[in-house]
This record gives sequence, structure tokens and C-alpha cells, in this order.
Amino acid sequence: MTLVIPLFRAREVTSMAEESEDTCAANKAGGVTKMQKTSDMEEREVGPWIEVKVLFFARARELTGLTDISLLMPPQSTARDCMSKLLNNFPKLEEIYNSMVLALNEEYVPESTVLRNRDELAIIPPISGG
Amino acid sequence: MDSGIVNGGASSDDILREIERLEAEKKEIENRILLLQAQLNNKTAPDACRKEDDTDRFPRPLVNSLRNGEVSGEGLSADMIYRYSRHLLLPDFGVEGQLKLLKSSILVVGAGGLGSPVALYLASCGVGCLGIVDDDMVELNNLHRQIIHAEAYVGKLKVKSAAAACRAINSSIKLVEHREALKAVNALDIVSKLLKLKRYDVVVDATDNLPSRYMINDCCVLLGKPLISGAALGLEGQLTVHHHNGGPCYRCLFPTPPPTAACQRCSDSGVLGVVPGVIGCLQALEAIKVATAVGEPLSGRMLLFDALSSRIRIVRHLVKMRGRSSHCVVCGENAAFTQQNFQNFDYECFTQSPMSDRSSPKLKLVPESARISSKEYKELVDKHEPHVLLDVRPAHHFKISAIPGSVNIPLSILEDKLPTIDLALREAGQVSGKHASLYVVCRRGNDSQRAVQYLNGNGFPLAKDLIGGLESWAQDVDRTFPIY
Ligand SMILES: [Zn+2]
Repeated sequence: MTLVIPLFRAREVTSMAEESEDTCAANKAGGVTKMQKTSDMEEREVGPWIEVKVLFFARARELTGLTDISLLMPPQSTARDCMSKLLNNFPKLEEIYNSMVLALNEEYVPESTVLRNRDELAIIPPISGG
Repeated sequence: MDSGIVNGGASSDDILREIERLEAEKKEIENRILLLQAQLNNKTAPDACRKEDDTDRFPRPLVNSLRNGEVSGEGLSADMIYRYSRHLLLPDFGVEGQLKLLKSSILVVGAGGLGSPVALYLASCGVGCLGIVDDDMVELNNLHRQIIHAEAYVGKLKVKSAAAACRAINSSIKLVEHREALKAVNALDIVSKLLKLKRYDVVVDATDNLPSRYMINDCCVLLGKPLISGAALGLEGQLTVHHHNGGPCYRCLFPTPPPTAACQRCSDSGVLGVVPGVIGCLQALEAIKVATAVGEPLSGRMLLFDALSSRIRIVRHLVKMRGRSSHCVVCGENAAFTQQNFQNFDYECFTQSPMSDRSSPKLKLVPESARISSKEYKELVDKHEPHVLLDVRPAHHFKISAIPGSVNIPLSILEDKLPTIDLALREAGQVSGKHASLYVVCRRGNDSQRAVQYLNGNGFPLAKDLIGGLESWAQDVDRTFPIY
């Protein structure tokens, strides 16, 4: 399936951050584009927003066409808020929503967990092949 | 060379074919010899527990000289000490680890991509008793990843092939062939009632489908067996040790199975051969660790392998309850799941997917009037009836093989491509001056029906589905058509 949501380059995030909360920096699946380095991120003003990196695995990767995406979220956002934003951008993720685990910074968490700046949220559906 | 001289006028093609046939025969005979030799070895070599008396067969000065006499070589025969010497030399493993391994029984469920390295490693490293369950046959398209099977075993039982390969590597271990599919009705028996007194200590899930994963998990929870669960698809793999020392089980992690569309098989989505190989090797490693109580098994954690980026991540469960879910229906605090419940549980219904590829149902989405058999379609082609054959498989499938003249518009973008179909039909009609008809084909005949359903309702009321897809085309019309 072709992607319907616009893909922004990582660089564009800074300038668009204040304009829209839907702004996202995305890396194409298998692509080489990488997130900005930490040093770049420290330099820029994220303001009240926090940046959360979302990692997609297995079927989530297929459904979004991405391996990861960077989301700008209001402070005090929870993993659930992050999920609803993702479902908004990628309605197809609904398919695995009830059968995946969420891992925050490599630890399983409930959806109510409050996120902090530069957190890494992984969406892990089960694989069954072999 | 003048082929006329050889064999009274046979063409070089004939000779080549004859050579090929004889080579195949030769290979078959060689394999049979190997098998018999392995059987002979099995008969002459005493089994693992009786081997201690057998020290004079290959006398070696190494006996009892390991680890400064701290742990003696008691229980290990001289040839075992020699065979497993590199294990014995490991301070963290040593004689103790090897003895535990020799006394353990491990069941490997599935002799496929994951099960191949698991069984090979467990056999070669000296697991006392290795059980293999599988009811599938070896197919040529298995060999790129199921490295335990050789060409000579294509069309034969996987469990036989796997056991023969293991025997060829290590004739001193006990191998048990379970020539059946593991199901809720037989799983408790197979796992718990191996040889009169002995039971399997560890179970390795090397299956390829979701219902089996839930079933094996529940069986292990009920019988209190640790479960080494691995999975691989495409370029990704997952690995976890379930239900070990009070740790979480598969259901704690995934209480709700994903919908059918989300659980794909290697036969649909593809898999890079080495990926299940990597996960299978790690499964063998975890099985050895659990069986010998060496190291820290991957319990309460999940290993994610991403071949594309060469990355391995390990995700931890919450520390509370060692990651077990108190609400888990099989291992939770108030779980009331009995062996009776287990045997009556319909895992295929629960996961909405079949345990075996062979039983995948053929859909019937469109009326008979909107369908055509591959033979009928062939007749239309021979009569030069103006038509367009629309192939709705993904583009990378179309590249593998396609019926000549067919047009590829993947189902996923069909909606946007209706004008293209319209144009193709008009062009096909113009040549003959007649109205061109529209036929739709896919790999197995399911997606083509979905496409016809959509087309019928969106301006193409006469579009027809080619029943059974390319598989039936290959079977009933063109035997040389490549299937995959
Ligand atoms: Zn559980």
C-alpha cells in the first residue's frame, strides 16, 4: 500500500514544530535516513513539546511502511496518547492494536505510562512464522 | 562427441537425462547406506546412561584429569570426554553441565526453519534424549532454510529426515521420532509421557503458526515445563523463554491473538533463510542453558532480531511478579485452566487461523457466474477471444512468474487504477471490434475474488475470477508454469 501521510524530513521538524502537532519525522522502512544526532537535538528549542521516537516491528512495520518515526507530543503525554496519535496517522495499525506489546525504553509498560522527552516507544506485535 | 556412436542413436539430451537419473539413484542409495550405518552405530554404541562402563573402547589419558580433580569425570566415558571436550573445558559449563545435558530430555516441536538448527545443535552437543515432532513432508522450497533436510528426503517425512541427520552427527544420544502433529488432544501425552518413567524437561517451540504457539504454551504451563519459543518471518525474529522459574508465559505477553491478516506465514510473506537459522541457534542455546541451569535464560525478556539493520534488542518485562500477568488466563493468580479445558480448547478457532498450511480454506466470495476455471480460460485464449487478464498479486510476486500478456495491478492499489483497466479493455476490444472481457487472477484464487467483488460493484459487472489462481493454472493447464 502506498503511504497517504506526508513524510517530512528530519530537518523540517524544527521549523514545523510550533505549527502543527501532527508533524512527524519519518524514516522509510529499510532506508538510510536517520534521526538527527543528539547534539543537533540539544541545540534546538523543542519548547514545551517532547519528542518521542516510535519503533515499529514486524507487522507494524508493514502496516506503516516505516521502521521508526519521531513524534512531537505535548508534555505529560502518555503512551496511550502516543498510540492514538499513531492510529490517527496510520489507521491500519488498528489491526494489531489489541495484540501487541508496548515497550518504553526497552521495558514493557502499560499504556498509562507518562512519556518524557527523547523516550523510545516500541510497538511489538507477535511473529508466528518459523 | 558424436552422440550417434553412443547408445545406438540416443541424442545427447537423452544421455544427459539418463546420467541425471542414475546420479539421483546413486544419491538415494548413498543416503540409504548412510542411514543403515547410523542405525548400525546406534546398535553397537551403548546408550547414554550405560556408557560409563565403556571406557576401554577409545582409551584416552584424559579421564579424571579435568578441573584439578574438583569434579571428576564420573559418568562420562572416555569417548564422551573426547567428544565433548570443548564443553568440558568451559569453566562455566564443565563436566557438571555436560552431565546435566546428557541426562536431560528436550522436545523440539517442528522440524522446519527453526527446528533444523535446534535439533542439529542439541543432537551434536549431547542432549541425552531428543524428541522431534512433525507430520509434514520435506518440500524443495523448504531447503533454503530448513538446513537439516537433504535433497534426497524431498517428499519424505521431515521427522525421519531430521532424525537421520541427527543420528549421523551423534549416534550416542536417544532420538524419539513423533510422526504426528502436536495438537491439544495429544500434546499432554507426548510432552509428559515419553518412555514410561522419563518425561521431557524442556520444550522448544519451533512451529510456524499462531494456534500451535498458544497450544504449546498452555500445555507447558499445565505441565510446568519451561518453553523456549522462537519465531521468524521476513527479516525479523523473536525469542523468549516462557514459564521458567515463575516467569511469564506466552499468554501473559499476548493475551489476545492478532487477527488473521496480521499473522502471516513464510509461505505468504517470505523469509530470508538465515533468519530462522539465527533464531533457531539462539533457541538451542537457551534450551541448553535451561536444561543445565547455566547462566541467565531469556525469561521475562524478549529478544528482537532485525536482520535488515543488523540489530538485536532485548525488551524486559516489568519487574513486578517477574513479568507475569496476574490476569493471565492460564498462569495468572486466579487461572482455572485445567487439562480438561486444554484438551477441549479450539486453538484454530481462538486464533482464527489453521495449524497447517495444507488445511488453509479456499474462500468463496463471488457467485459461480462470476468465476471461470483455468481450463475454460485456456479455451478462450486459444479461440483468441478479446480479453484482459488482470493479475492482482503484489508487484514482487508478478516478477517471479506470470501468465504471458497479463496486466499487473496489485489489489492494494486497484481502487486507484480503474481507468487503467478501462483503457486496457478498450484497447483489447478495438483490435477485434468486439467487446473485451475481464478476467482476474492471483496466486491461489482468494485475492482475485476480492478484486472481482470490488470490480463488480465499481463499473465492471462482468469481471470474472480465475478459480484457484496460478496454482490451478500450473496444475490443470500449463505443467511447466513455475509455482512458488
Ligand atoms: Zn501467563
